[in-house]
Amino acid sequence: MSVELPVLTAKDFASDQELRWCPRCGDYSILAQMKKVLPTLGIPKEKFVFVSGIGCSSRFPYYMDTFGFHSIHGRAPAIATGVKLASPDSQVWVITGDGDALSIGGNHLMHAIRRNVNLKIVLFNNQIYGLTKGQYSPTSPTGKRTKSSPYGSIDNPLSPLSVAIGSEASFVARAVDVDIKHLTMVLERAAHHHGTSFIEVYQDCNVFNSGAFLYASKKDKKADNVVYLEHGKPLIFGKQRDKGIRVNEANRPEVVELGNGITEDDLLFHDEQSPEPSLAFMLARMRYPEFPEPMGVFRDVERPVYDEQVELQMNAARESKGDGDLEALFNTGDTWTVE
Amino acid sequence: MASPDVATTSNATGKQFEQLDDVVIRFAGDSGDGMQLAGTQFTNVSASFGNDVSTLPDFPAEIRAPAGSLSGVSGFQLQFSSHDIYTPGDNVDTLVAMNPAALKTSLADLKRGGTLIVNEDAYDKGNLTKAGYDRNPLDSADELAGYSLHRVPMTRLTRDAVDGLGLSLKEADRCKNFFALGLVYWLYERDRTPTEDWVKSKFAKNPDIVEANLRALKAGSDFGYSTESFTVHYRVSPAKLKPGKYRKMTGNEALAFGLATAAKLAGEELIFSGYPITPASDILHELSKLKNFGVKTFQAEDEIAAMAAAVGAAFGGSLSVTASSGPGICLKGEAMGLGVITELPIVIVNVQRGGPSTGLPTKTEQSDLLLSMFGRNGESPLPIVAAATPADCFDAAQEAMRLAVEFMTPVVLLSDGYIANGAEPWRIPEISDLTPIRVEHPTELNGDDDFLPYKRDERLVRPWVRTGTPGFEHRLGGLEKADVTGHVEYSPTNHQHMTDVREAKVAGIADHIPEQEVDGPDSGKLLVVSWGGTYGSVRTAVRQFISRGETVAHAHLRYLNPFPRNLGDLLSSYDKVLVPELNNGQLRFLLRNEFLVDAQGFNKVQGKPFLVGELVEHIETLL
Repeated sequence: MSVELPVLTAKDFASDQELRWCPRCGDYSILAQMKKVLPTLGIPKEKFVFVSGIGCSSRFPYYMDTFGFHSIHGRAPAIATGVKLASPDSQVWVITGDGDALSIGGNHLMHAIRRNVNLKIVLFNNQIYGLTKGQYSPTSPTGKRTKSSPYGSIDNPLSPLSVAIGSEASFVARAVDVDIKHLTMVLERAAHHHGTSFIEVYQDCNVFNSGAFLYASKKDKKADNVVYLEHGKPLIFGKQRDKGIRVNEANRPEVVELGNGITEDDLLFHDEQSPEPSLAFMLARMRYPEFPEPMGVFRDVERPVYDEQVELQMNAARESKGDGDLEALFNTGDTWTVE
Repeated sequence: MASPDVATTSNATGKQFEQLDDVVIRFAGDSGDGMQLAGTQFTNVSASFGNDVSTLPDFPAEIRAPAGSLSGVSGFQLQFSSHDIYTPGDNVDTLVAMNPAALKTSLADLKRGGTLIVNEDAYDKGNLTKAGYDRNPLDSADELAGYSLHRVPMTRLTRDAVDGLGLSLKEADRCKNFFALGLVYWLYERDRTPTEDWVKSKFAKNPDIVEANLRALKAGSDFGYSTESFTVHYRVSPAKLKPGKYRKMTGNEALAFGLATAAKLAGEELIFSGYPITPASDILHELSKLKNFGVKTFQAEDEIAAMAAAVGAAFGGSLSVTASSGPGICLKGEAMGLGVITELPIVIVNVQRGGPSTGLPTKTEQSDLLLSMFGRNGESPLPIVAAATPADCFDAAQEAMRLAVEFMTPVVLLSDGYIANGAEPWRIPEISDLTPIRVEHPTELNGDDDFLPYKRDERLVRPWVRTGTPGFEHRLGGLEKADVTGHVEYSPTNHQHMTDVREAKVAGIADHIPEQEVDGPDSGKLLVVSWGGTYGSVRTAVRQFISRGETVAHAHLRYLNPFPRNLGDLLSSYDKVLVPELNNGQLRFLLRNEFLVDAQGFNKVQGKPFLVGELVEHIETLL
């Protein structure tokens, strides 16, 4: 029997809550694209759950008219895992930030990803603590002067994608908040992936870290500073699409100009389905300004999904042992009767 | 308390029987000597025979502590009897000391005139030195003069018994716990069959090991039968327990069974999120076997994640539980607070152990009551229930789940290392006698055309919705809520109101729990108030005064927050109130605060349960 689903629009996903992010915050764009993507997925509205931690980005669930949980700092992946176990047929999204996911919640992020729980994790990376008004975060570049690092940060930053790939993520992608079409595509791909989807979104905090990603978002700059990944296609970038990424003899990526004997065939071809994550890892380590930063889907592979395995084990146990019988359980082992 | 009966008889072997009412045995040896196994087998056999039993496993935190050392001694004490007992006994009638360290640590607990069985082969110079003996106590006339000493060359006799099976010396020596067990079986006329069956199934893949253990067990029994060293053996008749079918249960098993039962009877799935920690891990182990009951176990990456996942599972609409011990509960505190403000039903089990910090991982204590009560930021009330005995964990777990679901609140269920690892007979209930928990998820909107997650009923309880229910989309979170709508709301009056409502909701549970009962007269000279795992010792001690006609009574609290409605009146019905606890006075603190009563404490934090004797002695001073 097929069930007619109501046709949903972005508006159906807007809650009645007043948006309270700062004007021109990158979060607005991500929220807007999310509301556009969800109605296209063919999933009833009540089957979405948004779980967040603490931070500016984590206000997100309040603005979605879905089931939502604005939880505590860093724990969203763990809370979402519990939700997914209880509600396996819901699509569970985790909204988190660089401080939430990588600092206080680093452990939960890593373990949710390694288990491949069917969660869609969107990490808003603005390289700063916004809600606490401007301290350096685990993704802030070394030397960054902030309220808590007046002499410059001496912390070495983490790459969110490296963490995800190192945790054996089955889906890894990156997008920029204001690159609307591309962000929409990435969100869609993440939604359709089977297993944990991990997306890093470069998000501009225009109050405490304004312009951190201008190189990747500004119209006149991004073509030279960003390379869009497409499965099976060579890595080409530049305003004139005249530059590419080649892997040299030392197995390191390098920027080359096309022409003068260098053709597209000499370039690195993207393979998001490679069983080994080494290519994705190499791409994740390409940083501006030495390289154009890759955007798009780094990795998209299939592996066993935790919450499905849980259900499979339960079903297998029910099949082999029969549905649990309390009386039988109580009477296992040595028993004796007192007359 | 072996009270020698008159029924001394002779039998064909020329050995004498003595009839006893109750016996306390302790098996003590090195961590690797298999003493827990020997004790458990003796318990099972005695329970199956129909004795009442109560056990006290006592082992080091190290899996393999240095061999022969005092810190590496592993002990298993049990009492078995022909009448109701509530404790594993204060003093030991028969001590099996497999090495000098075991003798040194346990001898003080052996009764004068008690039976002392030693493996004399282990009393070599090295082991003696490690135990701090400068000479062999077995050779000293004075040291062990007051006991009935049996020097048994157990290592040699065990090796002889398994000779020819091709076992290495190390493998052969590992059978000597069965030799010791066999000897004690003979001494107390136990049936070896259940243990033999257990050996056969446990080591089914290794027939030589089966044969070796069976031979060692028999050799031990034969040794008792044939040597002149033992002239008497003992009989302890079955206890007159309430009629019914019984099995042995440890507290952790009973707790896991109770949780699974609550879920099964409610027709719901149970999601257990946990992280391994002593002494709570067995709850995770037991539940992970019960997948066909609809039990999902999630071994999380840490304690915080376990609690967070429990909150998530409750938001999803499942019966949700986590279990840990003190250090883990500390880590869970923040997410427990999230459960309090989002008013979600979650059972948080704390199997208490000695603290602070890592403290005494394998030893018991009751020092997390105030942590349960106050260990979260903000005004963060939640109900607290405590289990009294191993078997009681079954009922307490169901009651904790009932309160959580009925009142939409996290509930702390307190157990402790003593009852978690201890065992006693459990009367198997009729399924029809168990009361199912009612789980209700609304299907009709409670607002005009929307769902109001914080619209409360007359008991101040908010509705519980499963995620995925159409039309009930709503947001929860850790920020303060407006009542009714659940929207984020910071206004001063709202926070006052919500704080008051959360407090009143939990306090109101007092109207939905039984009134406190007392054992003994309902007024008089002294009320002894206890909670948790001290039940057995306190009850046994108070009964001695009751039987002497003293107006001493015992109130054992299951509900620690809120207290039963009549508790204040009860406390004022006696001249004095005594609160014995395995902490520095945590319940006493709460009682004095709540009722302005001059409650006196009797407190101990030695990682061990109360001895009946020390309680009796203290109560005397108050009369």
